[in-house]
Amino acid sequence: MPSLISPATWPALESAHSVPRGTSRGASILPLRLEGVSYAPNGRTLLHEISLTLVSDAATVVLGPNGAGKSLLLRLCHGLIPPSTGRILWAGAGNAAKEQAMVFQRPVLLRRSVAGNLAYPLRLLGLGREERERRVAEALAMAGLTPLADRYARSLSGGEQQRLALARAWVRRPEVLFLDEPTANLDPAATRQVEAIVKRFRDAGTKVVMTTHDLGQARRLAEEVLFLHRGRLLEQAPAECFFAGPATAEARAFVRGELLW
Amino acid sequence: MSEIAEALGHAGRLLAAFDSGVWEIVLLSLEVSCLAVALAVLCGFPLGAALALYAFPGRRTVVILANALMGLPPVVVGLTVYLVLSRSGPLGDLGLLFTPAAMVIAQWVLVTPIITALTRQVIEDLWEEYEDELRSLGSTRGQAIGTLLWEGRYRLMTAVLAGFGRAIAEVGAVLIVGGNIAHATRVMTTAIALETAKGELGLALGLGAVLLTLALSINAVAYLTRDLARA
Repeated sequence: MPSLISPATWPALESAHSVPRGTSRGASILPLRLEGVSYAPNGRTLLHEISLTLVSDAATVVLGPNGAGKSLLLRLCHGLIPPSTGRILWAGAGNAAKEQAMVFQRPVLLRRSVAGNLAYPLRLLGLGREERERRVAEALAMAGLTPLADRYARSLSGGEQQRLALARAWVRRPEVLFLDEPTANLDPAATRQVEAIVKRFRDAGTKVVMTTHDLGQARRLAEEVLFLHRGRLLEQAPAECFFAGPATAEARAFVRGELLW
Repeated sequence: MSEIAEALGHAGRLLAAFDSGVWEIVLLSLEVSCLAVALAVLCGFPLGAALALYAFPGRRTVVILANALMGLPPVVVGLTVYLVLSRSGPLGDLGLLFTPAAMVIAQWVLVTPIITALTRQVIEDLWEEYEDELRSLGSTRGQAIGTLLWEGRYRLMTAVLAGFGRAIAEVGAVLIVGGNIAHATRVMTTAIALETAKGELGLALGLGAVLLTLALSINAVAYLTRDLARA
């Protein structure tokens, strides 16, 4: 085990693979089922009657123009906001919240060191010191942040901050990871690093559900596509089918790069 | 004019000579106010954070009350604490009136609403920023209190200093419950009031200089911690 890993050389992931993600407490929380879920704060319907099932073996990308309700859908699934109507059903009898993580478009980093940010959720999980240190070191290496472990988190660059937010999700070993526009404000180099980490989650067996309005990114990462438009779910299809021939006129226009609103 | 110059000279000599009478007064002032602020922090931080994070019936009333009580008139606080601690009052048996303990209690009553109200404001602002992230990371509201108090540490330092500035500078409350007894309950503000009344301007000015220096340093530190908070 190298003591110091430069950000350019990604560490091997044996340790990550050896740990069963999410399922440590037994039954899987997937599939996730939404039944007629609407979200209408103050009488304005922002999401209309969404019904879908998310299974474990595909990275899902939620596509759609701005204001389509992509972020809302993620926040509803993650349990941050309650649906106005309908039901959100996780499988299994366990505590589904513990098996999920979410990385926000603008992650809020705590005013402490990089390593301190990673240890924080582990303390909330009630893990002992030794286990915390092990997981923090592993997540630092995974995200290429080991040399920055003692830096003040808020002094990091935008790309480093986003990688730290991903590492903070990684330490919890979630079965499901929600990502809300994880590369919206990043340059191409930082975007590539973030996408590499997303693939690591995927390879480690985590179900990834991410929003993006970047079609190129969707093509690179998606195995399944949900297409939202004006608060309605218009399509749910395997990625290759969706990009080869969208079923709806709105999705066809979106894939062609026409401006939709 | 020459009287004032003479008094200034006297004040300078008192301070330069580390006059034991002067420093006894300064030290007691610091002891009383630091203790009062420490107790106010112990009450005000959790109370303010709870007001920010929990919804309960009557919450608005408590918030408005805490805000209003920030401007409590010290003499009224002094009078109230006096009545409570006097021989015939509910806590008269403790025999605390005219002791430093009584002065700590009076200043604690003055400072607690300030620290509570400012803490609530700081934590409420932070909660708005942190809520989604902390809930996503699995934090309960109870756990969030500790986290947010630590996240807001620089801004809360400003609240503590505001409370300390209030305590060290007030005269009405400590005068009524302390009694300005030499070598027992005499603090800077009460000494200044008494010495000025007696025409002993030298000591009054010397203590005034110390008090002013303290107040200015506190403001400077408060300003610098605000800068830290933005980092």
